[in-house]
Amino acid sequence: MLKAVILLGGPQKGTRFRPLSLDIPKPLFPVAGLPTVQHHIEALAAVPGLREILLIGFFPANQMAQFTAEMASTYKIRTRYLQEYTALGTAGGIYHFRDQIRAGGADAFFLINGDVCGDFPLEEMLKFHESRAGKNALVTLLATEATRQQSCMYGCIVEDKETHEVLHYVEKPSTFVSTLINCGVYICSPAIFQLLQKLHNTKQDCYKDDTDISDAIHLEVDVLKPLAGTGQSFVYSSDRWWSQIKTAGSAIYANRHYLQLYRRNKRMDRLANSSVSPTIIGDVFVHPSASIHPTAVLGPNVSIGKNVSVGAGVRIKESIILGNATVQEHSCILYSIVGWNSTVGSWSRVEGTPCDPNPNKPFAKMDNVPLFNVEGRLNPSITILGCNVSVASELLVLNSIVLPHKDLPHSYKNEIIL
Amino acid sequence: MKALILVGGYGTRLRPLTLSRPKPLVEFANKPIVVHQLEALVAAGVTHVVLAVSYRAEQMEAELSLEAKKLGVTVSFSVEDEPLGTAGPLKLAEKVLDDGSGDPFFVLNSDVICDFPFKRMADYHAKHGKEGTIVVTCVEEPSKYGVVVYDENSGKIERFVEKPQEFVSNKINAGLYMFNPSVLKRIESRPTSIEKEVFPSMADEGQLYAQDLDGFWMDIGQPKDFLRGLCLYLSSCDESLLAKGPGIVGNVLMDPTAKIGTGCRIGPNVSIGPGVVIQDGVCIKRCTIMKDSTIRSHSWLENSIVGWRCDIGKWVRIENVSVLGEDVIVRDELYINEAIVLPHKVIAASVPEKEIIM
Repeated sequence: MLKAVILLGGPQKGTRFRPLSLDIPKPLFPVAGLPTVQHHIEALAAVPGLREILLIGFFPANQMAQFTAEMASTYKIRTRYLQEYTALGTAGGIYHFRDQIRAGGADAFFLINGDVCGDFPLEEMLKFHESRAGKNALVTLLATEATRQQSCMYGCIVEDKETHEVLHYVEKPSTFVSTLINCGVYICSPAIFQLLQKLHNTKQDCYKDDTDISDAIHLEVDVLKPLAGTGQSFVYSSDRWWSQIKTAGSAIYANRHYLQLYRRNKRMDRLANSSVSPTIIGDVFVHPSASIHPTAVLGPNVSIGKNVSVGAGVRIKESIILGNATVQEHSCILYSIVGWNSTVGSWSRVEGTPCDPNPNKPFAKMDNVPLFNVEGRLNPSITILGCNVSVASELLVLNSIVLPHKDLPHSYKNEIIL
Repeated sequence: MKALILVGGYGTRLRPLTLSRPKPLVEFANKPIVVHQLEALVAAGVTHVVLAVSYRAEQMEAELSLEAKKLGVTVSFSVEDEPLGTAGPLKLAEKVLDDGSGDPFFVLNSDVICDFPFKRMADYHAKHGKEGTIVVTCVEEPSKYGVVVYDENSGKIERFVEKPQEFVSNKINAGLYMFNPSVLKRIESRPTSIEKEVFPSMADEGQLYAQDLDGFWMDIGQPKDFLRGLCLYLSSCDESLLAKGPGIVGNVLMDPTAKIGTGCRIGPNVSIGPGVVIQDGVCIKRCTIMKDSTIRSHSWLENSIVGWRCDIGKWVRIENVSVLGEDVIVRDELYINEAIVLPHKVIAASVPEKEIIM
């Protein structure tokens, strides 16, 4: 019997996802029409033998209750949200809820960081882990290739090319170690809790000695690093799509790939049909409750949320339009996210700059660039309208981030509008 | 009566439009600039107009001969081998301007658009009986121009102050003159400036009088002023010439051969030339769209000039005194801001900041 744990973090985390995370817990932000974390749940629910999914985080429980209930009924799988009393670290959370995870005698459990996305080869990974379980495997890490330069921003793994044992693990090294990086997707054997208990006790001792008051346990630093070279951790490499979702800009990138995944997995029910009006280009998700004028042109890579209204002659490309937004006639939305209940006036142009990985570099990942460059200027990014933003007619909003509840009376370029 | 229009050189300030056509032939409000002037001169009784040009005389001659015939006026060209300034061309055309009749003649800068007061000028000129009349107009920022100081009652000009640093007067030289043939004797046969080298001494001798201009005036020699001039021209234009109908807002001049789609909002202050096609759902404000251009659906244009035979894609946004030269193609969904685009270019990427596209 299998279980899965998804680490969601909490409201203090995911600040780089603002202003979108101001209105909704980041894991519930919809990408390709589904909350980010639902993509993980969907992938997990398809794994044979998986009986329960536990979401761990420190968002208030009431923010997650409805979602977990929906998941349970949609995927017919037990889904629960377990709230940490404080940020316990990536391993502290699972240790704290160890009894819940072990309950029922799970043979192994998946562990997924909520802030990654991708096409995870969960079943293949599981087979691999089971083949290594006899060899005392406590954990199998999903890994992927990165460029030499970008690898240093991730957990870097050195493996035994034949046995796929982890020989060396470093989190965000300052010099180059390996191009094989940790995807934040794991399979753990229950025996890992004994290791975590040891770590916990050590931390408690430190606490008594007053040398380190943090009782958080971090999987990467406290577990994966010391496990390297002990023959208890293994690597499963994948070259399928994978990315972090750190900045709001990565939502556009993730949106495109999840839509692509729908097509590959033949989930045509989730892709708008291009044979009838409105004109659909490439992969587009349109919520059934949305109303789209027949003369609008959508796509590629567009997601339209619940009750959205799209007027005549509207053009939307590489964008996410969130629930109850109104896009008035002849407006043009490119590389942007339009927040809940927002309005874009007629003939307005809302445009961002794509921040995709360099397409000419194999294994390149998204650069999670900071908001501002060294000269103090805003780095060009996708444009984001927070919720309840109203853009008057005929305006331009270019490379800007608009916080919620703003009325824009004139055009903005390269600005954060508080 | 005769008149001389100072056309001069390359019209660099109105590039990229003047790369395709000499400035007098660039259409302002759907009519070549010089035709506005010719019409007004003919209406005042002028029978012979000399265009003082230093380049592209043949093209102008070819294109204007028909127009001249229609108006019943003789148009001749005085071609400068070297730029002669603002006075030299008068001397060069002396034989035409001084035909022995002693009649005064008009001189005007080719960049000026206004409600041309030629009849009033002739009357006033005859009344004061001196050698020259200068039309003056009131401007908000006189420091950019040559200011004229004159006696408000008699009109007699006292002096000129070129680009005054401190406020002297808000009356400036409007670039419209009437002279007796005797003025030609004051000009030497070399490049000279009429404002600097001829007017001051005439004023000293009490031979120059100023006449106030009623109505609008604009030097349309550069794109920003071209568009401002269009607004002023259209608001003083005969109502019956302006377009009416669904989707037309404010003053819009539209050639009858232009086609407008449904759901458009055109105006205010727009001129649309012959053969222009505007597809559905287009919004255009304060723009000139020249002959045979196409504006595709859902685009938005403001305060810009689209040259001849351009093709503007769908969902394009063009603004902030962008000027597209002849035969420029702008691909779909682009943003064009403060762009000067030379003729025959294909724009395939947005121009978000001021740029000259060579």
